Amino acid sequence: MESLDLLWGGLSAAATPENLMWAALGVLLGTFVGVLPGIGPAMAVALLLPVTYGLEPAQAFIMFAGIYYGGMYGGSTTSILLNTPGESASVMTAIEGNRMAKRGRAAQALATAAIGSFIAGTIGTMLVVFLAPTMADLAVEIGAPSFLAVILLAMVLVTGVLGSSRLRGFIALFVGLTIGLVGLDLNTAQSRVDFGSTLLADRIDIVVVAVGVFALGEALWVAAHLRRKPLEIIPVGGTPWLSREDFGRSWKPWLRGTAIGFPFGAVPAGGAETPTFLSYLLERRLAGKKSEFGQGAIEGVAGPEAANNASAAGTFVPLLALGLPVTATASIMLAAFQNYGIEPGPQLMTEHSDLVWTLLASLLIGNTLLLVLNLPLAPLWAKLLRTPRPYLYAGILFFASLGAYAARQRAFDLVLLLVFGALGFAMRRFAIPVLPLILGLILGPTMELKFREALALSGGDASGLVNEPLAVIVYVIIALAVAVPLVLGAVLRGRNNTPSGPTDPSGPADQKEMVS
Amino acid sequence: MSAKIVVSWSPDDFGRTAIEHAVSEARLRSASLVVVNATRGDSLVDDHYARGSQVEDLRRVLTETAVPFEIRQSMGSDIADQVLDVAEEVAATLIVVAVHRRSPVGKLIMGSVAQRVILGADCPVIAVKP
Repeated sequence: MESLDLLWGGLSAAATPENLMWAALGVLLGTFVGVLPGIGPAMAVALLLPVTYGLEPAQAFIMFAGIYYGGMYGGSTTSILLNTPGESASVMTAIEGNRMAKRGRAAQALATAAIGSFIAGTIGTMLVVFLAPTMADLAVEIGAPSFLAVILLAMVLVTGVLGSSRLRGFIALFVGLTIGLVGLDLNTAQSRVDFGSTLLADRIDIVVVAVGVFALGEALWVAAHLRRKPLEIIPVGGTPWLSREDFGRSWKPWLRGTAIGFPFGAVPAGGAETPTFLSYLLERRLAGKKSEFGQGAIEGVAGPEAANNASAAGTFVPLLALGLPVTATASIMLAAFQNYGIEPGPQLMTEHSDLVWTLLASLLIGNTLLLVLNLPLAPLWAKLLRTPRPYLYAGILFFASLGAYAARQRAFDLVLLLVFGALGFAMRRFAIPVLPLILGLILGPTMELKFREALALSGGDASGLVNEPLAVIVYVIIALAVAVPLVLGAVLRGRNNTPSGPTDPSGPADQKEMVS
Repeated sequence: MSAKIVVSWSPDDFGRTAIEHAVSEARLRSASLVVVNATRGDSLVDDHYARGSQVEDLRRVLTETAVPFEIRQSMGSDIADQVLDVAEEVAATLIVVAVHRRSPVGKLIMGSVAQRVILGADCPVIAVKP
């Protein structure tokens, strides 16, 4: 029960009026970016990174936590009212939710999504409270060779196994790793990939890369595809309350969705797309033959929405216990940790425990704020969709440039911002996922450090990389994770004797950018 | 019946007023109506752009008046230009637009469609208020 005491301490630290204000601001901003298609929580956190330089670390994280959960919430609003998912984890919600709205049950769909998200977020956060310290205790014990192996595992899983295209994933990963190399080597002060320029010797700021790829790239992409016929919005009428029958049909999917979503977030498996898809399939199967699935079944909204918030909560386990981010938003939050001189890794929970517990407590607070704000405000959020996009993206470009410049007050960073904006645009164009790039950029230097540590301990002998049992086990898992899909694919192809592409478990999700 | 009246319409009070005046003018001049509903298509949801059911409502109203009409929905970079282009194409004898009050801030950041139609038209323009 030590965890509960610490959480209570965190709650009292987080519940000051000032911190509550940051939480409310984060939640509002998060919902804002979640509602608007194309603008995701990762972009919002990236844009806000420079803004938070003036804040206390705790306040910044409270705000980020609000944005993260708020983004997950807001996505459901557009899915239901417009049939346009605000972010990739809401794709499944759009299927049944929009049908419900067309049958005049928009308010009920929004309510079941909001309550389901609240329940899943709260249960998920409580699970993080109990799991993360235990995992962190274990993680402190592991040495450099094992840690290197774990980072490699995260990269391979996120990049190669779970993405829609292995090749595109690894292209993104290696681009990210390369950007991470630019500048002076942290150990030997040799200059690398800086083209002899002293401007690059200082290493490239993660803020500039993140803002460039997410904000500038997205703005350019939208500018290139601006003119489309306006969509038809479905008005929200009636009271946003669930009838007894709706409630009865919703509570089991909420819990099942939580149970599916949390583990997917907690293991370095990346993204909320897979669990929301699985939850949808499970609910459809359990509903049986006479179900109204396809015509707006409330279970099809309740389950996936709970799953996506539970997986968002789950991602805090590897982030806090190991310093491993598994989503783009978590990666950028990790970059924020680094800006405060807090190194990601197993020491996080022991050395900065007050910060971590404040963050966890603010997750609970933010989650409650979301429920309070979103049930009555859904029609208001829907009004945001009337904002002309030129205004919106002009604002984003302004803040992106301001943020990139503010970090180090060098005009050269604006040039870099343009370069990474063009890169982000090209990545959208060729459907290259952004997450592996950010992961490579942030974890690459840590990985190199652990690699050199392990080699230094063994006096440069390669056996130093595998002299811990955990490292060997992890390498075996990596080998299996890479080999099994390849072998299975080969076997299936041999059996069917027909060329078939890799089956993608995330279905329609792969058309959306994976930025959650 | 060669005279044509172009009317700028949106599914709201302004559009309704514009249609009412356009219909009475059309009767006076025994002209036909060309209803233009335009959007810039830059926001996800544009309330001024009519949906299928709203277009059907308008069609019913206009059919009852027995004035010959056609309804055009279009998308382009500028709403005033879209109205003026149609007026030029059909050699309109009159354009009907609805105008509304604008705040100083509104004048600063947003252009007025009605103003640009009035200034840019080659034919007389009737400006009406709901």
